Amino acid sequence: MAHATETTQTTRRDFLMLATGAAGAVGLGAVVVPLVSQLAPDAQTIAAGAPMDVDLGPIAEGQAIKLFWRGKLIFVRHRTKKEIDEARAVNVATLPDPQTDQARVKEGHEQFLIVYGNCTHLGCVPLGNSPGDPKGDYDGWFCPCHGSHYDSSGRIRKGPAPLNLPIPPYAFNADTKIRIG
Amino acid sequence: MSGHSTYVPKTGFERWLDARLPIVRLMHDSAVSYPVPRNLNYLWTFGGILVFMLVAQIVTGVILAMHYTPHATMAFNSVEHIMRDVNFGWLLRYLHSNGASMFFVAVYVHIFRGLYYGSYKAPREVLWILGVVIFLLMMATAFMGYVLPWGQMSFWGATVITNLFSALPVVGETIVTFLWGGYSVDNPTLNRFFSLHYLLPFMIFGVVILHIWALHVVGQNNPTGVEVKNVQKDTVPFTPYATIKDIFGMVCFIFVFAYFVFYQPNFMGHADNYIPANPAVTPTHIVPEWYFLPFYAILRAIPDKLGGVLAMFAAIAVLAFLPWLDTSKVKSMRYRPVARVLFWAFLVVCIVLGYLGAMPAEEPFVTYSRIFTALYFGYFISLVLVGIFEKPAKLPNSIADSVLANTKGGSGASLAAATASEPNAKG
Amino acid sequence: MSTTPFRLALAGLSFGLALTANALTAQAAGDRVIPPQQSWSFSGPVGKFDRAQLQRGFKVVKEVCASCHAMSLIPMRTLSQPGGPEFTPGQVTALAATYQIKDGPNDQGEMFDRPGRPADRFPSPFPNEQAARAANGGAYPPDLSVLAKARTYERGFPQFIIDIFSQYQEQGPDYIAALLAGYKEPPQGFPPLLPGQNYNTYMPGHLIAMPQPLQDGQVEYPKGPDGKSPVPETVAQYGKDVAAFMVWMAEPHLEARKRIGMQVMLFLIFFGGLLYYTKKKVWSRMPDGSTAH
Repeated sequence: MAHATETTQTTRRDFLMLATGAAGAVGLGAVVVPLVSQLAPDAQTIAAGAPMDVDLGPIAEGQAIKLFWRGKLIFVRHRTKKEIDEARAVNVATLPDPQTDQARVKEGHEQFLIVYGNCTHLGCVPLGNSPGDPKGDYDGWFCPCHGSHYDSSGRIRKGPAPLNLPIPPYAFNADTKIRIG
Repeated sequence: MSGHSTYVPKTGFERWLDARLPIVRLMHDSAVSYPVPRNLNYLWTFGGILVFMLVAQIVTGVILAMHYTPHATMAFNSVEHIMRDVNFGWLLRYLHSNGASMFFVAVYVHIFRGLYYGSYKAPREVLWILGVVIFLLMMATAFMGYVLPWGQMSFWGATVITNLFSALPVVGETIVTFLWGGYSVDNPTLNRFFSLHYLLPFMIFGVVILHIWALHVVGQNNPTGVEVKNVQKDTVPFTPYATIKDIFGMVCFIFVFAYFVFYQPNFMGHADNYIPANPAVTPTHIVPEWYFLPFYAILRAIPDKLGGVLAMFAAIAVLAFLPWLDTSKVKSMRYRPVARVLFWAFLVVCIVLGYLGAMPAEEPFVTYSRIFTALYFGYFISLVLVGIFEKPAKLPNSIADSVLANTKGGSGASLAAATASEPNAKG
Repeated sequence: MSTTPFRLALAGLSFGLALTANALTAQAAGDRVIPPQQSWSFSGPVGKFDRAQLQRGFKVVKEVCASCHAMSLIPMRTLSQPGGPEFTPGQVTALAATYQIKDGPNDQGEMFDRPGRPADRFPSPFPNEQAARAANGGAYPPDLSVLAKARTYERGFPQFIIDIFSQYQEQGPDYIAALLAGYKEPPQGFPPLLPGQNYNTYMPGHLIAMPQPLQDGQVEYPKGPDGKSPVPETVAQYGKDVAAFMVWMAEPHLEARKRIGMQVMLFLIFFGGLLYYTKKKVWSRMPDGSTAH
């Protein structure tokens, strides 16, 4: 009998310990939620990413501008006929990140290339927007940090960067007016 | 108490580490096998609660610093940004601001527990003085933290408190200018207060480690004030006995803390601090946070600038001399019929001083402040005298004796008799 | 142990209380009229805002108060966030577009005005404090963003202790609602009002620079199905609605705070109960096998 009593005692004690420990773990877990989620972008930062209207009219052929949306750098390039043709002549299958030029611009607005302006390697800003800049081996951009070459469609051609310059979400709402976001 | 270690490394890795950095041994000796008097009451859980509060304040504070801007034109708005836009920012900010108040609640319980049970007496003088140092650092930290939201009370609190130093002869004005980094409280003041508010908690943390070290050298006091004589009979191992009790006490404390954070988050603050700082207008009724009120009352009781400042600092400094002011050999006021009455009177005096500190500086409060300031210091003086003529009650022979006497509800039951009549333990 | 010290402590405390009562009488003689307590939907542990009230309050603020008072900390997007007036995002976008926001500089280096977006904060009626004072006879209309938390009155002892448990903390809105409806002729014997001074029952000192801002029927409230507004279009009602809206502006996460608070409190009671029994179990057995406790 004495033995049985002890077993029940032990079991009850163990169960109580287990339940208390579990409740404590749940509590600690709940505390972590606010401590971690405060690291995420706050409401102001998220709201600041509202769509932005840009007039591309003033950008002359062969020129490029830089602008910021959600704090991220964006290149808008008014491409020449030569640059467009170069971008379309290449065999897509040979590219590190295969993508056609047609998929990277809006139909009817082929002259405007709009891409995020940070190298997909480690985030430096590639050169190639100003007239005197090196444009790399493919008439696009050249990243001076680690030597990545982008072509006139913003696709990676040579160097350590793994991916093409990404395309931000945008749409034309007039011939030379876009809305980013 | 910090006798030989009972830690036995179990795995090969533990043996390898123990020979190189005995950190597991240190943890084991100070948080597992460390002997704790078996008769501690719940007032002794406040040490653990204070460690918890310090860590909680550091964690929430480091997070708030990620979102806060220490600049005179942006500080107020950045706090409101935290309250509105940051995910759970309102929670973190209310935890931190109410946490400061709860920290002081806990530290006052801790201090008064030490006063009642004579925890400042030999051999715990250094332990006690380290505690007074922590208290001072806490006050400095809390004061500078209150300046950071840059509301009206922040600004004018900073002005009034920094001006205390101008009372010092010769060097006073220079010290104040150096505190401000300018000719009034302004952006440089805010910036340095932010820097120091970030630094001081880590200094507190350092002194807390010394405080706990000193505690583990001399061992804990206990409600009888009788030192541990037989570790087997008088103490229990820290884990699980003290651990579980401390955690339970902590959760009860957190319950009260959470009540304020979620249901009365601005109760302990001052409404004027939701008005942005304005150097051209002083709030009509300027008071410090509640935990400074008794000292503020003492400051205002003395009709002389330097005298008031000295009295205020003396009110804190006198605590450090308490081990030598109290002449009685008996630690616990349980066994000191006269000192016990004085203790409760002192507690009431402190509460009344706190109330007077919140009242406007006019009659009748000024007169009352003077009376109660005299009573405040009177406690320490009277302890010198009481120890000489007071006839203490009979102390128990040991902690174990006292515990058994309580359990049996009788008095004078000796340990031997009690053990003999004890039914066999289960199992 | 002994009851003597407690009796003495009680005696001491009652002395303190007597002192306090004394102090309170001294204070009541001041020229402050305590505002009456309103019943607010957001008070208490499960309080929630009344959406319709917040929407009405916003209408009054927008049409009347905002011509002088800024709300510079309030992003318009928050009008549609949960726990607030909960306008639809479409309504907020349309509302935002009615404001002109200063932005820039543009490519020519000039500042320009553009239609507002929900992410913008409410534009202030005056460019700076000096301009606001110049336009208001030297008085500065305070920013309304956190004003509901910045206004209070002394509760005194023992009321402030009772407030901890009753959770009364609506001194701000009570005062604002009373103030907005507190304009009247100065009583006999009151010193004659100077230009720019107005008499208000609840303003400390009774002199307020703001002229009576609201009149009965001044703001049209949304109509119910019977073609009439469900609440009276009176100064008293406007005042309450404005005060409620100001509480939301000052404390936009009040509902989340109280909701999460309830969950936390219930968890702590449950966890505390478990700990209590675990503690009892642990202490029921001393290391030497005795059951001394």
